[in-house]
Amino acid sequence: MSKELIRLVNCSMAFDGELVLDNMNLYFNDSEFLTLLGPSGCGKTTTLRIIGGFITPTSGEVLFDGVRMNDIPPHLRQVNTVFQRYALFPHLNVFENVAFGLRIGRTEEKEVNGKKKKVKVRIPQDEIRQRVLEMLEVVSLKGFENRRITELSGGQQQRVAIARALVNRPKVLLLDEPLGALDLRLRKDMQSELKRIQQQMGITFIYVTHDQEEALAMSDTIVVMDQGKIQQIGTPEDIYNEPKNAFVADFIGESNILDGIMHEDYVVEFFNRKFKCLDKGFAPMEPVDVVIRPEDIDIVPMEKGQLRGTVTSVTFKGVHYDTIVDFKGFKWLIQTTDYHPVGETIGIILNPDDIHIMHKSQYSGMFGDYSSYSEEYEEMDDVTMLDEEEEDGPREDGHEE
Amino acid sequence: MMKRRHAASNRFFMALVFLFLYAPIFLLIVFSFNAGESSVVWKGFSLKWYGELFRDRLIMQSVYTTLLVSLLATIISTIAGTFASIGFYSMRRRVREPLMTINSIPMMNADIVTGVSLCLFFVAFFNLWGDFAGWINSIQGLITLPTRLNLGFGTLLLAHISFNIPYVILSVGPKLRQMDRNLVDAAQDLGCTWMQAFWKVILPEIKPGIVSGALIAFTMSVDDFVISYFTAGSATSTLAMQIYSMTKKRISPKINAISTLLFITVLVLLVIVNIRESHQERAALTRQTGKK
Repeated sequence: MSKELIRLVNCSMAFDGELVLDNMNLYFNDSEFLTLLGPSGCGKTTTLRIIGGFITPTSGEVLFDGVRMNDIPPHLRQVNTVFQRYALFPHLNVFENVAFGLRIGRTEEKEVNGKKKKVKVRIPQDEIRQRVLEMLEVVSLKGFENRRITELSGGQQQRVAIARALVNRPKVLLLDEPLGALDLRLRKDMQSELKRIQQQMGITFIYVTHDQEEALAMSDTIVVMDQGKIQQIGTPEDIYNEPKNAFVADFIGESNILDGIMHEDYVVEFFNRKFKCLDKGFAPMEPVDVVIRPEDIDIVPMEKGQLRGTVTSVTFKGVHYDTIVDFKGFKWLIQTTDYHPVGETIGIILNPDDIHIMHKSQYSGMFGDYSSYSEEYEEMDDVTMLDEEEEDGPREDGHEE
Repeated sequence: MMKRRHAASNRFFMALVFLFLYAPIFLLIVFSFNAGESSVVWKGFSLKWYGELFRDRLIMQSVYTTLLVSLLATIISTIAGTFASIGFYSMRRRVREPLMTINSIPMMNADIVTGVSLCLFFVAFFNLWGDFAGWINSIQGLITLPTRLNLGFGTLLLAHISFNIPYVILSVGPKLRQMDRNLVDAAQDLGCTWMQAFWKVILPEIKPGIVSGALIAFTMSVDDFVISYFTAGSATSTLAMQIYSMTKKRISPKINAISTLLFITVLVLLVIVNIRESHQERAALTRQTGKK
């Protein structure tokens, strides 16, 4: 059982009266790689800055090991941060950048002659040197000690920033979109590198990103956020396979999201046809959102299909074709390795495990229609479902309290 | 052919401009080395007037005053201006912009207005102080406060500090804005208090701006006449004031010599400032391109 390190209790944050973080409840475990994922402005960076101590929440509590930390300044917290554009000190070389935190004397309370006294603790030079060199080795920058920061590439600067934070042996490392400034290839390399470092050091990483692929590739736990609220917490597999609402389904990967009606357990109706599915626990005849991932759809000759549609556009994507198919005015995205030309009528087959059912939420009807892919946009009459408020009350065994 | 003639006339015009700009100064410098007393007739090269300059006690006294007031004003205004810029920097844009405009008004303002207003302000304060000190002295006998204060070195220094601060702010501000905002956060994240972060991170980053600001402030102080004239009182005089008072008597070529020295001092300072600035620009440029 992993230990809980940090807990946010009813944390809200407002800037100029604008609510950025809305009653957030979240906890972070020891040695886990947790990702805060969401579009810009969803409150993920704000959450990170609250944990780092750079801002104090308007209301709510920040607990480290159960101790209230709201008013503790950043330099007294046992967390370190890797900043968005690294924020390395340009006037210092690589070694001095990494040694920076070790050279700052820390005041610690010690008992001297029965009295509590504040004592300045300094780390001896030899130890600083040893720890810095060790850390540079961890981030594969051995031999770069005397380089100037300006002589490093983006990826190398990134590694220095990680080493500078980790050398202080924090319990938690906060990473604020650290790979945002790198190009695609380097980003992929750094993803596995970061994961390796996290496992090697055995500490908690709290990672902020808007890149869903990054989040899926690295995380133990993903927290999907939007509009200052947590939308879903779970493992990458959970989040991808069992999205809780239309926002999550759309933000993580591509999704076709349709309106359906849950007739009974394991039976859902959409396009006036009943399908078998694996979901249960819905009210009889409850209107639901149906998610079908583009890569799960099997294309068959039209006479064998459960549904029939016409191909309206095809885009070659390397491994597969992005094929847009019109089903009675609703356009689906299907990813297939077989080429089907525009105008061809095809049939599709949906297996029960291809279908995922979600409760209606405030996001219903906003995502999941691929009509904008084609020129002739046809409006669906899905407006009727909008009046239902979000009801993602029940939560899984995850992190939300 | 047409082009050629254009180029020639352009060059002629340029030469004319520079002639008008620099001929008087050139003349001044040349005649500071004149052996004779005239500023018209050349009687051969000599360093005589420079020698006399250094023997003139009044002039040397004014040089000393100028250097002292410039140095002190530079140090104080640099410190005050640097912290003021940091204050401006952490303000929100909507508050900062109008304040920065107010900051630059004194630089645009006519020196004579600044000088007269400072003079009036000091005199008004001295009057109030006189009443206050008289009252304090009358109600107790332990300490006796001076009731009469006069314009002098103190007021001169205050005036110089006040007109120097805007230049420092203007020079440090851009360096702060160029700095990555996260640097301070990063330093604090790594265990620094704000003050430690200031010494270890902010200061090294904005040092070029501070040095430039100090150089400009020093130049402004050395070469100021009008504001000093109104705030130094009758007993204190700076070099510029000394030169002015010498012109009222019989004009001696000593003026040429001392003016030449003043001109060269200011010129050297300005050249240093400019070289520093172009160096910094180049460094910033390589830094940017280096990153990409």
